[in-house]
Amino acid sequence: MDILFPILTVGILGIFLGVIIGIVAKVFAVDIDERIEQVEEMLPGANCGGCGFAGCADFAKGVVAGKATPAGCPVCSPEDVVAISEYLGIAAEEKEKMVALVRCSGDIPNTVRSLYNGVRDCRSAVLVAGGAKGCDYGCLGFGSCAEACPFGAIEIRNGLAVVHKELCVGCENCVAACPKNLITMVPASAATHVYCNSPEKGAVKRKVCKTACIACRKCVKASGEEDYMEIDGFLVRSNYENPPPASLVEAAGCPTSALRVDTEHIKGAYGGASK
Amino acid sequence: MNEFLVITIGAILVNNFVLSKFLGVCPFLGVSKKLDTALGMSGAVIFVMTLASLVSSIINQLLLVPMKLQYLQTLVFIVVIASLVQLVEIMLQKLSAKLYESLGIFLPLITTNCAVLGAVVLNAKSAPESVQSTWYGATIYGFCSALGFALALILFSSLREKLDLAKVPEAFEGTAISLVTAGILAMAFLGFSGLV
Ligand code: SF4
Ligand code: SF4
Repeated sequence: MDILFPILTVGILGIFLGVIIGIVAKVFAVDIDERIEQVEEMLPGANCGGCGFAGCADFAKGVVAGKATPAGCPVCSPEDVVAISEYLGIAAEEKEKMVALVRCSGDIPNTVRSLYNGVRDCRSAVLVAGGAKGCDYGCLGFGSCAEACPFGAIEIRNGLAVVHKELCVGCENCVAACPKNLITMVPASAATHVYCNSPEKGAVKRKVCKTACIACRKCVKASGEEDYMEIDGFLVRSNYENPPPASLVEAAGCPTSALRVDTEHIKGAYGGASK
Repeated sequence: MNEFLVITIGAILVNNFVLSKFLGVCPFLGVSKKLDTALGMSGAVIFVMTLASLVSSIINQLLLVPMKLQYLQTLVFIVVIASLVQLVEIMLQKLSAKLYESLGIFLPLITTNCAVLGAVVLNAKSAPESVQSTWYGATIYGFCSALGFALALILFSSLREKLDLAKVPEAFEGTAISLVTAGILAMAFLGFSGLV
């Protein structure tokens, strides 16, 4: 009998407290829109902030409240965007996958560098005379962008940041991290890019970098009628409205190999290709 | 009256929960990196500890002591504290979503905070007579203990914010220097021991 009483006491107390909690939970119930939870489930859960919200949960709230559209999430695959739109009964937007492009091809063998002994971080390096590189517009290669990428899509090769397109989800974290503003977002379908960002004259660029774009316009000529390329002073860029095909690289025979196919670029197939 | 002054000063300074009883050290170290979060945590602890002291002393005096079930105290108090935190959380979510969001993570943390359980158990076991036998004595004691916790947390977080800017030898960086600082702070509080 001695043991029954304490057990009863604790049991009744527990039940009593449980009932109180139950009642309070009923009285103070907050309606949580279950669509928010559902949408959050369907999001990738990367919490990268690429959508401009505080995280996936916040974005889900925004989408349900109509403050954002599912396509605002750069990590979402097009199928997911369609699925979420269907679930919420709103029209799905077409979404072109964008990936990061580091507009520089000046790796260590090809560029002039001076001694820099400071912190191995691009943003710190820039504070010291703009970073220890002959070209003021080029990639410093300490990988601030690679560090900022939550998906490990950027690799530093020979002191040059290269983007692994298949890993990049287009969250733009790297764009903000690069102190040289080298990184832009381009359509993933485009494969041929001019890897140079310097607006200086060809002769000036060539002194410090073997793979700079010297605006010789061979690529422009090779595109013929099609306006694959855009000229901007001493710099030529791919026209991403009408991206050049990979075959243009062969056809143009870029003398400095600034015009490259991105797969080969990652492989490092262009090492010191100056003619 | 005099008695309560003694309890107050004793709980805040002399028998400070964190710095001389070493209870609630994990939130003390974990939530004290920034002053804002320290303030949030302090507010939550003050609220829950006061309430828990009140409720558990009532249960103790009306239920456990008359029935000679004092040995169940720890068990019962844990259940009471956990339910209280749960209740506060539910009500807060409805009444003040803003406060709920800013306290969000801290509230559930308090459920398992040993300082809260410590205060409640001390209330029932080894506190002065006036605390043990009256509900208001217990409440005041709980409230003051929580104030002491808050004081320690706020002091420590301010110190840590300063530490971030200081030049610390590499071997001491991070947790090591925090622990050393906590130790020195605790020694400083030892100086109050003659007060009551
Ligand atoms: S792209 Fe920019 S951030 Fe990345 S390594 Fe080059 S300079 Fe640094
Ligand atoms: S490379 Fe840039 S845009 Fe692509 S996933 Fe990494 S940080 Fe995001």
